[in-house]
Amino acid sequence: MDEEKRKRIQLKRLQDTVKRAYENVPYYHKRFDELGIEPEDIESLEDIKKLPFTTKQDLREAYPFEMFAVPDEDIIEVHTSSGTTGKPTVSGYTQRDIDLWSEVMARALTMAGATRKDRIQNCYGYGLFTGGLGVHYGAQRIGATVIPISAGNTKRQIEIMQDFGTTILTCTPSYALYLAEVLQKENVEIDNLKLKAGVFGAEMWTEEMRDAIEERLGLKALNIYGLTEIIGPGVAMECHEKNGLHIFEDHFYPEIINPETLESLPPGEKGELVLTTLTREAMPIIRFRTRDITTLRRGRCPCGRTLIRIDRITGRSDDMLKIRGVIVFPSQIEEALLKINGLEPHYQIVVTRPKYLDELEVQVEASPALFSDEVKHVEEAKKMIEEHLQREIGLRVNVTLVEPETLPRSEGKAIRVIDKRKF
Amino acid sequence: MKVKQISVFLENKKGRLKKAVHALAKANINIRALSIADTSEFGILRLMVPDPEQAKKVLEENNFVVKLNDVIAVEVPDRPGGLDKILGILTRADMNVEYIYAFVEKKGEKAIVVIRTEDIDEGIRVLRGAGVPLLSAEDISTL
Repeated sequence: MDEEKRKRIQLKRLQDTVKRAYENVPYYHKRFDELGIEPEDIESLEDIKKLPFTTKQDLREAYPFEMFAVPDEDIIEVHTSSGTTGKPTVSGYTQRDIDLWSEVMARALTMAGATRKDRIQNCYGYGLFTGGLGVHYGAQRIGATVIPISAGNTKRQIEIMQDFGTTILTCTPSYALYLAEVLQKENVEIDNLKLKAGVFGAEMWTEEMRDAIEERLGLKALNIYGLTEIIGPGVAMECHEKNGLHIFEDHFYPEIINPETLESLPPGEKGELVLTTLTREAMPIIRFRTRDITTLRRGRCPCGRTLIRIDRITGRSDDMLKIRGVIVFPSQIEEALLKINGLEPHYQIVVTRPKYLDELEVQVEASPALFSDEVKHVEEAKKMIEEHLQREIGLRVNVTLVEPETLPRSEGKAIRVIDKRKF
Repeated sequence: MKVKQISVFLENKKGRLKKAVHALAKANINIRALSIADTSEFGILRLMVPDPEQAKKVLEENNFVVKLNDVIAVEVPDRPGGLDKILGILTRADMNVEYIYAFVEKKGEKAIVVIRTEDIDEGIRVLRGAGVPLLSAEDISTL
């Protein structure tokens, strides 16, 4: 799509969204009035900066249905966020919203190579979580065969994967790794599987994890991005070039801001992603602060798409760890760990403050490559990991070796950080 | 003559040793000798068993990290000075001992000493040269 046309569509949809939000959602009406702005003030895309941000807290306060912009009878489905950090936030959908969701998810799955002939094993949880049904709707829109197996029951997953000849796998990346581990244990040859691509999301992961998943499952591992507050999965998706995720910007308008000063940053600069829905009917969301840290990249992708891209999410502005004053994202630690040969990609980060100073402990599972019959060699291996981490993240780290398979494997989102500090 | 020893990584936590030993017990594996090296964070359990390969398999199935490696097992008279003599031989040959553990034979006449020298082959050469009786894998399994 050429730039002028894209901007024209975006502006028209933004103006429409702002108008509907102002007229139908008391929360936005009040915020606009407080700031002295009216929908008519939005005359260009640049004017979006005049609009207030929406935070997770704002959505929580609107619990359950205060953000809906349509009469109750027009809502045909609701979903919620996991609620791990407090009261969940609710997302409501009209028929047109479900159609939109199906459309963007169909695009995302198509980017992973899905066609009518594919069998998509959907191990995202079905239910209030958006992952399961999001993929489901997209798969049905394409006409692919969806296997709605949902999360859990790994043995069954593997059985179905073999018997049904699954070609596309959809789940969290940590579950993909877990599946690979169990496949290996059950002596299933990946050559006997028909997997060609995986659509992995709902948690942060790294390039090193991608390499591990691709090698162990024999598929192309692609990154999908989305959030319940905006629609669910299908906000952005990686193409086969694997050089960032294309945002479906005809439906979701992205900005990057500095999370501390809140000022807008140009493409190419790293900051917090802010999203505005352009076509959501039931719940127009203006300038939602996602807390996800990334960079916008404008320019034509070798795949031919002109849709703007975001880099892989490298952290969250709210789960960023501050250790002895140094900012560390768990993903940095993961990336550093996975550069070490023979290390299993399972780890846990424990932050403590025994007296006045923060201590960062990284637990990794002992593997044959790290172990020896001699204490000094095991201690050398441990020290090698500690020094490597210190070089990579610039902080002294204590590494603890734990026995294999003792760190939590999550079937949904893996809990990687335990912060025991009391503030 | 080299004999195989198995080493097992243990977290320094309650119940870990028991879990390893229990796995072997369930597989009906008799432990001939055992030693534990411990640090504040982890331990290394070292074992002599009749069939090291089988023990390794059993432990790995129970999610332990296991290594098989060579050690030297020698027989010494079970009386004062028995071990001293062996160590004297190694010291004179300027050999480093990484670790050592011993157990007494059932009949009580001999003690078995398991030695891990830095260089196993060289350790065997020195001990054999001094006329120390070395045990074979077969000896271990029939102890």
